[in-house]
Amino acid sequence: MMFWAPAAVALATTMLAITRANPVHALLWFVVSLLAMAVIFFGLGAAFAAALEVIVYAGAIVVLFLFVVMMLSLDRAAALREKIFMARPVWVVPIIFVALLGAAIAFAVFGAPMPQMAGSAVPPRDVALRLFGDDLPAVELASLLLLAGLVVSFHLGVEPKK
Amino acid sequence: MTDWRSPAGLALALFMLGLLGLLARKNLVFVLMSVEIMLNAAGLLFIAAGMRWSTPDGQIMFIAVLNLAGAELAIGLALLLRLRGRLTTLDGDAAILLRDSS
Repeated sequence: MMFWAPAAVALATTMLAITRANPVHALLWFVVSLLAMAVIFFGLGAAFAAALEVIVYAGAIVVLFLFVVMMLSLDRAAALREKIFMARPVWVVPIIFVALLGAAIAFAVFGAPMPQMAGSAVPPRDVALRLFGDDLPAVELASLLLLAGLVVSFHLGVEPKK
Repeated sequence: MTDWRSPAGLALALFMLGLLGLLARKNLVFVLMSVEIMLNAAGLLFIAAGMRWSTPDGQIMFIAVLNLAGAELAIGLALLLRLRGRLTTLDGDAAILLRDSS
């Protein structure tokens, strides 16, 4: 019950999110999907990851998305154009290919016999000890990646003088 | 504790939904959101694997995926804003020329 209810919510809201014509509605459904994912993480015994999912994904990344959508100032005409585009059968071919690929991956992953092993919860203390112990270079690499993202955003964000 | 197969199946389904959105949508806002959905599904798979083998590595990789998603989204949205200023539309099809169209 801790898994299937949020899993159903996540699947349904993700489906809604990728089929909306209005970006703001889609982002709000995406937030619901992320919150359901946080519940799933909590059920899997990853409490720290669940908190990060709410704080970073739903709190920071989607809000950044929403700010940019506000700056884009999309009007009704844009949503209407998107709705007209989606009324055409654009979904048929992607659904076929995605279903084929998904079936292949599912067969490869779940078809093979794999010994069952009861997993256990991983407390945040273990994560922190590993992250700031053996895996300290990963933290440095993450900071470098974020610095590169910052520099590129600043560079791209400046409008060139006419 | 949940069996590892059900979270892995959910991650597969969410990844495929994100891929579907990436292939079928034209608006670049939705394309970026689909990429986020796919990254999130990968994070779920890492968490499930970390639970299956009772190791913190899964959550560490999830934090790395989170960093990657943040940096990717910042650059993608900056590009989106520049594209909007240049083309006045958000259709991915409008940006097929690598040169100025003047």
